[in-house]
Amino acid sequence: MILEIKNAGFKYESSGDPVFKNINLSVDSGEIFCILGPNGVGKTSLLKCISGLSGLSQGKVLLKGIDIKKMKRFQTARTISYVPQIHYPVFAYSVFDTVLMGRTPYLNFFSFPDTRDEVIVKNALESLGISHLSDKPYTKISGGERQLVIFARALAQEPEIIVLDEPTSHLDYGNQVRILSLIHHLSRKGTSVIMTSHNPDHAFMISDKVGIMFDKSISHVNSPQKIITEKILSQIYGIKVRLRHDDDFGKICVPKLNKKKNP
Amino acid sequence: MQAQKTLQNTRNPVVCVFTSRTFLLVGLPLICFFLALFSGRFGTHPLEVVKMIFEKLTGQKGEWSATLETVIFNIRLPRICSAMLIGSGPAVSGASFQGLFRNPLVSPFILGVATGAGFGAALGILLSGQNYVIQASAFVFGMLAVMISYGLTKMYKTSSIMVMVLSGVIVGAFFSALISLIKYIADPFDKLPVIVFWLMGSLASISKDDLFVIILPIAVGTGIIFSLRWKIGILSMGEEEARSLGLEPRRLKMFLIMAATLVTASAVAVSGVIGWVGLVIPHLARMISGPDYRRLIPLSMSLGASYLLLIDTLARNLTTGEVPLGILTATIGAPVFALILRKGDFGWS
Repeated sequence: MILEIKNAGFKYESSGDPVFKNINLSVDSGEIFCILGPNGVGKTSLLKCISGLSGLSQGKVLLKGIDIKKMKRFQTARTISYVPQIHYPVFAYSVFDTVLMGRTPYLNFFSFPDTRDEVIVKNALESLGISHLSDKPYTKISGGERQLVIFARALAQEPEIIVLDEPTSHLDYGNQVRILSLIHHLSRKGTSVIMTSHNPDHAFMISDKVGIMFDKSISHVNSPQKIITEKILSQIYGIKVRLRHDDDFGKICVPKLNKKKNP
Repeated sequence: MQAQKTLQNTRNPVVCVFTSRTFLLVGLPLICFFLALFSGRFGTHPLEVVKMIFEKLTGQKGEWSATLETVIFNIRLPRICSAMLIGSGPAVSGASFQGLFRNPLVSPFILGVATGAGFGAALGILLSGQNYVIQASAFVFGMLAVMISYGLTKMYKTSSIMVMVLSGVIVGAFFSALISLIKYIADPFDKLPVIVFWLMGSLASISKDDLFVIILPIAVGTGIIFSLRWKIGILSMGEEEARSLGLEPRRLKMFLIMAATLVTASAVAVSGVIGWVGLVIPHLARMISGPDYRRLIPLSMSLGASYLLLIDTLARNLTTGEVPLGILTATIGAPVFALILRKGDFGWS
C-alpha cells in the first residue's frame, strides 16, 4: 500500500460540525482511485488532507507506512503532488517558469533549478501538449489552459502519487479525454492517482476503484462496475440516470431530464 | 526559452544598449557612482580624484590637498555608499514584501516599520538628541512595530494576508498617534523642527560612522533575500501552492519578513523616512525583467541604488539649503514613473 487513510475526520477550527469523518481508504501503486459525490460534500477538503495541505482533526494519513504529519514538507512534496481545481496567480510568471516551480522540492535551501530541471519541465509541457504556451504569461491564458499548466507542474514534481481535484472541470471535450488518457497512461507506468470527478463516465473510463462520498463519509469502495449503479447515482445526485452498455466503450450513463408539465 | 518581457523588444539600438541586463545591473550604478563622486559644491577634477583613490588604495604616497582627501573620503564616499545602501535595501525589501503579500501595491512600510522607527527617532530626539541614541531608538522601535504586527496576526490565529496587512495598519496608526503626541509636547523652537526634519528623510548629515553602522545589517538582510529569491517567487503563488511544492510557508515567510525588516529598519534609522523607493522601484524592475524573482531582486537592487544616489546627488547640487530627500524622491519620481508606467505591461494582474 502506498497510501493509507485511517479513520480520517476533518473539521474547521471555527465550527463544531465535522466536514467528514470515519474515512478509511487505501491506494496501491499504479492504481486510479476516483471519488464521486455531490457538491459540498467535502471532496476537496479530503484531497487537501491526503496531500498534507490541511491537517486531519482525527485519524491519520500514511504515506508508504509513515504518518504524513511526521514527514518533512519537501519529502511529502517529492512523493505526492496536488493539482487544485483552479488557481489565481498574481504575478505574470511565464508558463515555463510556473512549471519549473514544480522542481522546488528537489532543490537545496539556497539553490536554483538548473538545465536538468528545465529538461524535465520541457517534457512535462510536451506530454500535456502545451509546449506552445511555454513563453506566455500564466495570467493571460484561459482557465482550462491554466489547469493544464498546474498539471504539468505536478508532473515536473515527479511524484509517486498525483492528487487531482476535478482535473477535467475547466477543459473542453477533447482535452477532457486527452487528460483522462494521460492519467491512465501515468498510472500504468506506476503512478498512483487519486481524483475527484463529477462525471461517472470518467470513473468508468479509467478508474480501478471508486469511492462514493456521501453523508460525510466514504461508504462504498469497489470497482466502478460494482459501485456505480442507477440506484446509487439517483440517490447521491437526486436525478434519474440510466446505465447503458456499449460493446466497444463499456458502460455509459444517460441522465434523464426532469421535465415539468407546467414550468 | 523563458519569457523575457523586457523593453529590449524596441527596435532602436540605442534603447537596446541602455536596457540590456548587464548595463542595468552594473553599468547604471557605476555611472551614477562616478557622477556623484565628481559633482558637488567643492570643485574637483575627475582625473585628480581617480588618481588619489587609486594611490590611496594601493598605498602609494601621492600629492593631494588635505581638503580634497576630506571631501572625498569623509564626505562624498560615505554619503554615496549610504545612498546606494539606503536605496537598494528598501527596494529589495519592497520587492520581496510584494511577493510575500501577493500584492504589488505593498511597500516595505506596510507592517509599520517606518512609523515605529519614526516614533523611536522622535522619542530619541525628545529625550536625548544624541545621534546614536536616535538611531538605536529608531531601529529598535522599527523592529518592534513589525513584531507587534506579526504577533497580532498570530493572535488572531490566522495567517491570512489581509489580517496581516490590517495588523500593520493598526500598529502604524498607533505609532503615528504617538509621533503626534511627541510633536505636541516637544519644544517648538528646539526639538520640534528636528523631529519634523528627521521624518522627511535626509542623507545630509550622514557620516562614515553611520555607514559602518548600517552596512552589516543591510548586507545580511539583503543577502538572505537574495539567496532565497527563488522561494519568494514560490510564496507569491500562495500559501497552499507553496506548501504543495514542499515549502513551510509560514516559517519561511516570517524569516523573510524579519530579513526585510532588518534592512528597512536600519536604513530608516540613519536616513529617516524616505518613502517611494521601496514601492516603485520593484514595479519598474518588474516591468523590465518580468516577475521572476531570480531576475527581479538583483535588478531592484541596482535600480534602487542608482535611483536614490541620483536623487541625492541632485539634492546636493541643486540647492544650497538641501531639500530633504523624502520630498525629492516623490516630487521628481512621481511624474517620471507616471510616464514610465504608461507603457503598460506591469507583470501582474
